[in-house]
Amino acid sequence: MSRTASGFRAWILQRISAAWLGLFVLATLGYFLLSPPATFEQWRAFVAHPVVGTLILVTVAVVLLHAWVGIRDVLIDYVPPLALRLTLLSLFGLGFVACGLWALQVILLASGLA
Amino acid sequence: MAANEKRPVHLNLLQIRFPVPAVMSIGHRISGVLWILLLPAMIFLVDLSLSGPQGFARAGELLGSVMGRLAAFLLLWALMHHLLAGIRYLALDLDLGIEKQAALATAWWVMLAAPLLAAGLTAGLLP
Repeated sequence: MSRTASGFRAWILQRISAAWLGLFVLATLGYFLLSPPATFEQWRAFVAHPVVGTLILVTVAVVLLHAWVGIRDVLIDYVPPLALRLTLLSLFGLGFVACGLWALQVILLASGLA
Repeated sequence: MAANEKRPVHLNLLQIRFPVPAVMSIGHRISGVLWILLLPAMIFLVDLSLSGPQGFARAGELLGSVMGRLAAFLLLWALMHHLLAGIRYLALDLDLGIEKQAALATAWWVMLAAPLLAAGLTAGLLP
């Protein structure tokens, strides 16, 4: 991960993921402003739609990638001691993996796939 | 050389000037870290809302409470600030708005538009 998410590749990954996330944010705000789900069934059916569920899961992965590059930049700038920085980076990494698996479970359960 | 001798030997945060683009830049970092730290809360809320009709109603109650609205405003401010500042950075990467005057103006726009958009979105999303 440190090799794939450093230097120029991290820089370009951060910008591509940012563009995707910007579009997702606009689409999500549009959905909740224009046709917010009135009932649980509407909400569940929306999330369970294969296209919506897939877009959400792709976006979760993109968010976590974007967050990883971002938190790595912040920790490199503000936490000079190497051992402490690597410890914090590992904790965030574990947290991100946990968040990803949790989100995966939520979407699969809503879709009736798990 | 005389000016060089007066350089600060320690960084006094009260004496360092923070121009608007610097404040906006720190805001970009703070808003990003804030979203990272509240990511579990976001997933929890979606999980709750999808757990059943009762969970859906409970999630609505949580968001509609005073604390929920304040949290929503804070997160929407962070989202709008991060988004607008991010668009500004992408533009700077393309050499757009790179001149000092323009860069200062767009930093002000980000600082002012983010809380206004957040207020409007909070009102629109949580009527």
